[in-house]
Amino acid sequence: MSRRLHIDPIACTGHGLCADLLPEAVELDEWGYPMLRTDAIGPGLLRHARRAVNACPTLALRLSKTTDQPSSAAQVRG
Amino acid sequence: MTDQHDQGDAVPGHPPPGGGRTHPEVSPARLTLGWQQATAATLDEHVDRYGPLPRAGHSRQLRPGTLADAVAAAGLTGRGGASFPTGTKLHAVASARGPAVVVANGMESEPASQKDLALLTHAPHLVLDGADLAASAVQADVVHICLPRTATRLVDQVCRAVQDRRRSGVGSTPVEVHDVPPHYVSGEETALVRWLNGGEARPVSSRQRPFERGVGRRPTLIDNVETLAHIALIGRFGPAWFRQAGLADAPGTMLATVSGAVRHPGVYELAVGTPIGALLTWSRAAPDAAAVLIGGYFGTWLGARSAAGIPMSPQWLGRAGASPGAGVLIVLPAEACGLSETARVLGYLAGQSAGQCGPCALGLPAIAADFAGLASGRADAAVLERLERRFGVLTGRGACRHPDGAVRLAASALTVFAADARAHAGHLPCAPAQLGAAGGGVLPVPRPWAEGEWE
Repeated sequence: MSRRLHIDPIACTGHGLCADLLPEAVELDEWGYPMLRTDAIGPGLLRHARRAVNACPTLALRLSKTTDQPSSAAQVRG
Repeated sequence: MTDQHDQGDAVPGHPPPGGGRTHPEVSPARLTLGWQQATAATLDEHVDRYGPLPRAGHSRQLRPGTLADAVAAAGLTGRGGASFPTGTKLHAVASARGPAVVVANGMESEPASQKDLALLTHAPHLVLDGADLAASAVQADVVHICLPRTATRLVDQVCRAVQDRRRSGVGSTPVEVHDVPPHYVSGEETALVRWLNGGEARPVSSRQRPFERGVGRRPTLIDNVETLAHIALIGRFGPAWFRQAGLADAPGTMLATVSGAVRHPGVYELAVGTPIGALLTWSRAAPDAAAVLIGGYFGTWLGARSAAGIPMSPQWLGRAGASPGAGVLIVLPAEACGLSETARVLGYLAGQSAGQCGPCALGLPAIAADFAGLASGRADAAVLERLERRFGVLTGRGACRHPDGAVRLAASALTVFAADARAHAGHLPCAPAQLGAAGGGVLPVPRPWAEGEWE
């Protein structure tokens, strides 16, 4: 089953461990903050992704099951 | 006063106002009925204009549960900038569990927009009617009106209108008026919810949306005050009437604030889909203006000539890479440099970051500094390349849309003023400078509100 990677941009303070542990999905911008190359985490990357999530000092990196709900709910605004 | 709405063809009395006035030369007066009068409509004047507030069960639109259906059938979309279908939002809050809350968003943090201020100043009861109808539709037991703390006179006036209604027994849901810190991002809906819950007026990155869990963890309907005013009229006159103005895919009227190089700046009501050129004609825009900014400081620069033919609607502007936003149109005078103007606004937006998300807190000042360098002709040779790269990096990286909006503005400036940008980057005078550019100052940039004050 595929999982989705998510960064909480407020919680993130740019430690950058995620880019070290999961370079397949995360790179850092010029200010040291993570950017997702992809947010879809397939079974092959799941173990590394979990390690990166657990290593995040501010708990800003999260994995969720793939559903359509977050993106459609996010449109109900303004 | 803020409105120069002198289309002067208001139909006296009711019902219904402005119906069917879709002639392109005529702006239908629905929300703006009677705005020739300088003072706020009293409750009696309001009822004279529009008729009494319909009560649930007493009107075809207001049989229990049908207001949301009527609003959906009317095709009303949010007038605060996001253009989300209002009926969908009403249904979502109504079907969420537990008693709901209604928030009327009158923050109008966009410095170039004055329409919410004008609407609340002239027709407070229209907004309060809409909030009351919406509250009944979603079974809310309280309405919060959120206004900027700097607008002290407006806050007093809305409080008086609320008291008048209470005395006269109009409305069924209690109303609380709040003065909220007026930072640019404080009008964002998650920021309002956080503030109403006792926190700071800064956006939140929670994945719980306010319609599910908002104020007091209850389902919360947050609508712009103009959106609520349209709901008040749909509740009275129905969706078919609402659709007599506007386009099939974007019905109704909208308020727009027109400023810059125009003889008649102010707030206009227009049928959605009115060509921007008609708005330029009504406001007597300078014929030699080269560019317009549409949608506000999160908006998009367009060449004046190509913009004139575009209908003012989310769909049509969307095809041109723009959006009506909160209905802002600024006409850039021929002698003003669009890059200098954009640089000033970017400096303001960078300072208005809530400072919570790294890419916004660090990236916007970087872009603003490069733009300031470009505007003053002191930038290094790599400036344009660096800006384009950072535009790509910053979009979608914040908890709210603040970085996205600033990037949209900056990117559109480099497109529309491409020749000027090349001239500036090459340390040559741009076209406006050759006309004797007066050094900027067209786009209003407010002084920041007390920086630390978010509560």
